[in-house]
Amino acid sequence: MGSVADHNEIVVQVDNLSLEFTTSDGPVHALSDINLDIRSGEFISLIGPSGCGKTTLLRVIADLETHTAGDVRINGVSPGDARRQRAYGYVFQAPALYPWRTVRKNVMLPLEIMGLPRADQQERAARYLELVNLIGFENKYPWQLSGGMQQRVSIARALSVEPDLLLMDEPFGALDEITRDHLNQQLLELWRKTGKTVVFVTHSIPEAVFLSTRVVVMSPRPGQIMDVIPCDFPRDRTLDIRETPAFLEVAHRVREGLKAGHSYDDE
Amino acid sequence: MTMSDRLLRQGSFLPIAMVVLSIILIWYVGAIRLNSPQLIDRYEKNGIDWNFTQLATDAWKMERPVLPSPHQVGAELKKTVVDKAITSKRSLIYHAGITLSSSLLGFGLGTLLGIALAIGIVYVTTLDRSLMPWIIASQTIPILALAPMIIVVLGSLGITGLFPKSVISMYLCFFPVVVGMVKGLRSPEPILIDQMRTYSASATQIFFKLRLPSSIPFLFASLKVAIALSVVGAIVAELPTGGQGGLGARLLSGSYYGQITMIWAALIVASVVSALLVTLIGFFERLALRRLNGGQAVLA
Repeated sequence: MGSVADHNEIVVQVDNLSLEFTTSDGPVHALSDINLDIRSGEFISLIGPSGCGKTTLLRVIADLETHTAGDVRINGVSPGDARRQRAYGYVFQAPALYPWRTVRKNVMLPLEIMGLPRADQQERAARYLELVNLIGFENKYPWQLSGGMQQRVSIARALSVEPDLLLMDEPFGALDEITRDHLNQQLLELWRKTGKTVVFVTHSIPEAVFLSTRVVVMSPRPGQIMDVIPCDFPRDRTLDIRETPAFLEVAHRVREGLKAGHSYDDE
Repeated sequence: MTMSDRLLRQGSFLPIAMVVLSIILIWYVGAIRLNSPQLIDRYEKNGIDWNFTQLATDAWKMERPVLPSPHQVGAELKKTVVDKAITSKRSLIYHAGITLSSSLLGFGLGTLLGIALAIGIVYVTTLDRSLMPWIIASQTIPILALAPMIIVVLGSLGITGLFPKSVISMYLCFFPVVVGMVKGLRSPEPILIDQMRTYSASATQIFFKLRLPSSIPFLFASLKVAIALSVVGAIVAELPTGGQGGLGARLLSGSYYGQITMIWAALIVASVVSALLVTLIGFFERLALRRLNGGQAVLA
């Protein structure tokens, strides 16, 4: 695949990574021998059925989970160091907003923790709320917002830290399809504007293919990578491309990959 | 909207009125039943012919009844609450003030102690394992047995007056606060704790920005229990201190002098004080919860 990303530096480097949980029923291999390099400016989707370890992999990158073998480097340093340097922004499945904080104050939360001057906090909150089209909602409280808007606040909050790497764990999973399409388009535009590297966990094939530069197909028990599929669509793609044969072909390949991972699981 | 309007509209006025009426009715009947043996004795001794009406009227206006009737307690309350100057030692307001000050001090101290212990338990694993059994054990000791000892021990150390009484209130108050705050400080969802980790927030930042605000609803639920307990504690503490005043002292002298009506009046004032304090906490609770929910009205 001849994308520009090939020449860019590696942001996330995963080598022979394994993660084993100890449970009362014995060890569970959540991740097994994962190898993946993610380059600057890429949009990588991790897709797979429940229990395939896609979220676990994201959490290892974010230092929310510790691997038991292999190595992970973020910008050449360990996940722990990267976390302490605030090298990434993390968007969770749920908006995880604080009900007692206004939209603006929610976006300012990580900035307060970083100890930025108040004026900078406010300036950044305004800027990133504008980026996710939430001007005019700064003084609202989370309960006054729809689910989609809440998740946009959450994205603005992750961006406000100004990380080069954005980790997103099924951020639109709980939203209806119309809202999801809309947010996918907004996210793509945001990615194009900011040039961030994105690692995006999803279990929707169209979402993965539409957003990504590469789709990583994973399978469960043990969690491993089945296929890495490039999606060489132009960066300024619109939702219409989902009807094109090229798109359907990539989606088909993703589906085949998922099926291959699933086959031994059905009997 | 006035209070009575709201009560009527919610349809709770009638049920409450019915309950109050039934209690008063049962009270009057009870007064006849409990006071009649004494009266009948007296009638027979003096050879007086009596009927039920006679018995009821006499039972409701006895000077030293076993159970004073509601209007007698009412008269006693009027005499000691309304008619007496609040500086008078015979004013129940004066005594309620004494009890109130020691319960509030004890409530404050107990709340602080409870919060401090809860923070210790949540943050220090050793304390979590070692402290909780002792805290629970502390509440199994009857306060009535413990109170005189606390007063005597502190008294021999030269500490007298308000403080020893507050210690007993504190002893009762801290328990619900510990239990509620431990639960409250642990209430944030894992996702919010993870999120704080991704911001690489310090333990102090997580405490003040997330755990403490999340614990507020739990704290208020505990405070409501604690404040009622603090009044109980203060009254219990006033029993062994005897003549120094307070509603507890009034209860004690009432029973010394066989003034049952006086005991009832003091009891009623004590429960009114407790009810007012619980209502006050409830008011602050609603304010706090509203703020925590971003201005959205919530049921407390």
